[in-house]
Amino acid sequence: MEALLQQVVAGLATGGIYASIALALVMIYQSTHQINFAQGEMGMFATYIAWALIHWGMPYWPAFFLTVVIAFLGGAFLQRTVLRPLENASHLANIVVFVGLMITFNSLAGLLFTYTIKTFPSPFPNRLIFDGLLSFHQLGAIVVTGTVLLLLFAFFKYTPVGLAIRAGAQNPLSARLVGIRVSHMLALGWGLAAAIGAIAGMMVAPIVFLEPNMMSGILLYGFAGALIGGIDNPWGAVAGGFIIGVLENLLGAYVIGTELKLTATLMIIIAVLLFKPAGLFGQRIVKRV
Amino acid sequence: MKVLSIKGLEAWYGRTKVLHGLDVHLDEGGFTAVLGANGAGKTTLLRAISGLVTVKGDIEFAGKSLVGVAPEDIVRRGIAHVPVGRGTFLALTVEENLRAGAYLLRNKADIAAAIERAYSYFPRLRERRMQQAGTLSGGEQQMLAISRGIVSRPRLLLLDEPSVGLAPLIVEEIFEIMKQIRTVDGVSILVVEQNATLALKVADHAFVMETGRLVLSGTAAEIANDDGIRRSYLGY
Repeated sequence: MEALLQQVVAGLATGGIYASIALALVMIYQSTHQINFAQGEMGMFATYIAWALIHWGMPYWPAFFLTVVIAFLGGAFLQRTVLRPLENASHLANIVVFVGLMITFNSLAGLLFTYTIKTFPSPFPNRLIFDGLLSFHQLGAIVVTGTVLLLLFAFFKYTPVGLAIRAGAQNPLSARLVGIRVSHMLALGWGLAAAIGAIAGMMVAPIVFLEPNMMSGILLYGFAGALIGGIDNPWGAVAGGFIIGVLENLLGAYVIGTELKLTATLMIIIAVLLFKPAGLFGQRIVKRV
Repeated sequence: MKVLSIKGLEAWYGRTKVLHGLDVHLDEGGFTAVLGANGAGKTTLLRAISGLVTVKGDIEFAGKSLVGVAPEDIVRRGIAHVPVGRGTFLALTVEENLRAGAYLLRNKADIAAAIERAYSYFPRLRERRMQQAGTLSGGEQQMLAISRGIVSRPRLLLLDEPSVGLAPLIVEEIFEIMKQIRTVDGVSILVVEQNATLALKVADHAFVMETGRLVLSGTAAEIANDDGIRRSYLGY
């Protein structure tokens, strides 16, 4: 029984990371209706920036926040330079660019920082809590993810800019006609997603170690989480991330073994797309005709 | 005084020319209807005014040219455009739709007052303020669309086919309120309409368009009472 509880709690902890990646995917999806396959690699690259800052002697938290700012600006810059020319292009053209970005960031990280595995510090004390159920870092990661989620929710729900991003995503023409600069909103959405990805990267790096491929699996879990929860629903994405985290751990421990965890996740993705494309909590836009 | 002066306006979709040199002048505070059959270029005229199509010629609003100005900036000059099909933000609530409409107002009290004003014209929207806009009936969505236009407190309101797909009673109700909006708020209104009978009842001026050209203009009464015009251009 205790082993089971431990698996669930560990699942919740990694689920928190998947939840933040899922959230970043949903952010981009909400403003562009596209899935950014480079999301994981962007987070990985930002984590390397944090690593470099800490390596040069900056204390953890200043490095953390500076990285988030750099990631935000970098994400917005990418949208302005690489994606803006494709605003009216087909989805497929955008997907090619996303894959290109993914490979670019992966190779760039390898080139700049080598492929050697690095340790990445955790800001939280290195000990177990709750009778050894959970490490302090895991709890910290959950708290950080939760805080980010609440801030984002408040931003989208209660600020005019958050509303403008949602309006621009839903009906770009109407949004322009009420004066919203939709193109700027897209850059803002990309910046936010990149910042969330950076936070996820910095939270996962102490667990999986820092190397250029650390996010590839996590992106897939995050994607599954976003789909299960409903790709257009931030809360659903977070719930989906946690569900995937727990499911992955339980399946791995009791049913299929660790080798098939990623396969199981892929099957979940296919099943959701086939049988419940809107996800568990996805908003079905009701339209009277 | 003229609020909008259009001279020699030409517009294209790709290589197809759809407006062939239009001259239109709107009185400040007036209610003007643009009539004509499908494909006459009425919607394009509105799209040209709000910067959604590239044009040649001259569009002057409140003494300044609008040619080459982006749609986002034309709203800032004081023109609100309610597109055909209503342009509702379907997944947002009614109130969020109005808040989006009031995006350019910076002051919280102004936003609240503008939304309150829209609710006073269309009380039904107040009842449904927390409802997802996609669940509204067609008539309510049109009311929402007009409200979204007026909460930005425009000087000129462009309405594209507000009657499309609506029951005659609702259309009359909506036109009646548009008349009030014009007199109470002093907004100039330019409405594109296929329902000529109704449009001529509420408007004070009207233009008739045919294949991208202006064929007639005059007071609504003149046009409504001329049997020849009615039969040749308005088809009733």
